[in-house]
Amino acid sequence: MQTLDMNDIDLRAVNATLQGAAGTDTEFEVLNLRGSHAVAVGLDAPIDVTLHGSAGYYCAGMNKQARITVKGSVGPGAAENMMSGEVIVDGDASQYAGATGHGGLLVIKGNASSRCGISMKGIDIVVGGNIGHMSAFMAQKGNLVVLGDAGDALGDSLYEARLFVRGSVKSLGADCVEKEMRPEHLDLLADLLQRAGMDAKPEEFRRYGSARELYHFKVDNAGAY
Amino acid sequence: MCGIVGLFLKQENLRPRLGDMLTDMLITMTDRGPDSAGIAIYGDETDGLKVTVQSDDAASAFDGSQDDLTNRLGTSVPVKVLDTHAIITLPRDKRDEGLACLEERGLRIMGVGDAMEIFKEVGLPKDVADRFGIRAMQGSHGIGHTRMATESAVTTLGAHPFSTADDQCLVHNGSLSNHNQMRRQLARDGFVTKTENDTEVGAAYISSRIAKGDTLGEALEGTLKDLDGFFTFVMGTKNGFGVVRDPIACKPAVMAETDDYVAFASEYRAFADLPGIDTARIWEPEPATVYFWER
Repeated sequence: MQTLDMNDIDLRAVNATLQGAAGTDTEFEVLNLRGSHAVAVGLDAPIDVTLHGSAGYYCAGMNKQARITVKGSVGPGAAENMMSGEVIVDGDASQYAGATGHGGLLVIKGNASSRCGISMKGIDIVVGGNIGHMSAFMAQKGNLVVLGDAGDALGDSLYEARLFVRGSVKSLGADCVEKEMRPEHLDLLADLLQRAGMDAKPEEFRRYGSARELYHFKVDNAGAY
Repeated sequence: MCGIVGLFLKQENLRPRLGDMLTDMLITMTDRGPDSAGIAIYGDETDGLKVTVQSDDAASAFDGSQDDLTNRLGTSVPVKVLDTHAIITLPRDKRDEGLACLEERGLRIMGVGDAMEIFKEVGLPKDVADRFGIRAMQGSHGIGHTRMATESAVTTLGAHPFSTADDQCLVHNGSLSNHNQMRRQLARDGFVTKTENDTEVGAAYISSRIAKGDTLGEALEGTLKDLDGFFTFVMGTKNGFGVVRDPIACKPAVMAETDDYVAFASEYRAFADLPGIDTARIWEPEPATVYFWER
């Protein structure tokens, strides 16, 4: 275990150490973040990184392979554009957590605020608490699982991502509808909940997805342009 | 971009540390707004009315002002000069006469109140705080702003906070899009703004609602209906402060509360040095939801 104390080492050195970690240590901890931005970004090795404290903008962005655990909360844009690996946030996440992610697993044990999973492209996101408005806006692929409630306009202009919500949904966005929960969805959900370490039953969730009404231009709508 | 901070103390014993704590919070937000900074401190009340004035030519503008005001108002008028600003304590029964004298001397009135003092200038937040000695100031609560100008020029008068009524002031992150129309409406109601700045219109709107009898909470609720644009507002009043974000809520905000204080900031970084932050309740204010703390 290598310890990187941000009271002694600056952000660029911390990130450079983590980014160059392939083949060296496999476990790292970062201390005294004090809300710094862009901590543990651009990692590309199967390493285990624990951030002790709350982080600012873009924490664990562009992750590939690494398992990053945040013992605190994260600011806007956490785990943006993740390709693979895991990011686990013990606290809350601010706006657009997991935005544009292509793969990997993002677990937020607390609440996520607005625009969680916006334009997600294959990432799996599991939120223990609630999510804010406009979550999964234009989400293309992947799964968003919410144990609490969802805010306004969930899944607006959704493509093929699957949304599972256990609590209430304040409102659905354009072209997002509730869909039947089939056995394969229950299996998928059970696997995601287990991987995220969440104690919830798949049967308690409802599934939402795209009505696919916005996919193609309809000549009847020509007057709107 | 802009950064905003606020601190409301629940315990008397922290009063001497208010300026110090707020200064650290403000400096941490320099990255978000390096062109100007400002702070409003709600400090000790006196027998008189505190008027914060500013002048670009402080040396000559404040020279002899105490004697001049004392002579003209026929009573002792204390003047405390702090760099480009001065706090002038007017006798309450000489308010109009006193304010007229100040304007006649070419001094810009930044704010008036029983408790509120406002300090704002162009420059890095650290330098602005040093010039006014904000670290040494004490009080019950305060709000601050670091500016990255978008809607109007980088000038002292364009910096926040904006005060549009006694003991009321506003800091803002965002930009309003219906401020010109709203400015004209408010002017008809007697709330005349002094600058081209959008935030001053927001402040005048809230002040106008409070003047009509609204509570701070009701006035902030009104911004959601009547103001168009992006905003995270923090409004200071004599008794406390309130927070509201527009329904889209893309301008960041985070709050922390302990038994000792309630703190607001654009980013968590600003809280890092606050006492007891590790065990504080920390949350992001919900969109289109009004929060306020008053004593």
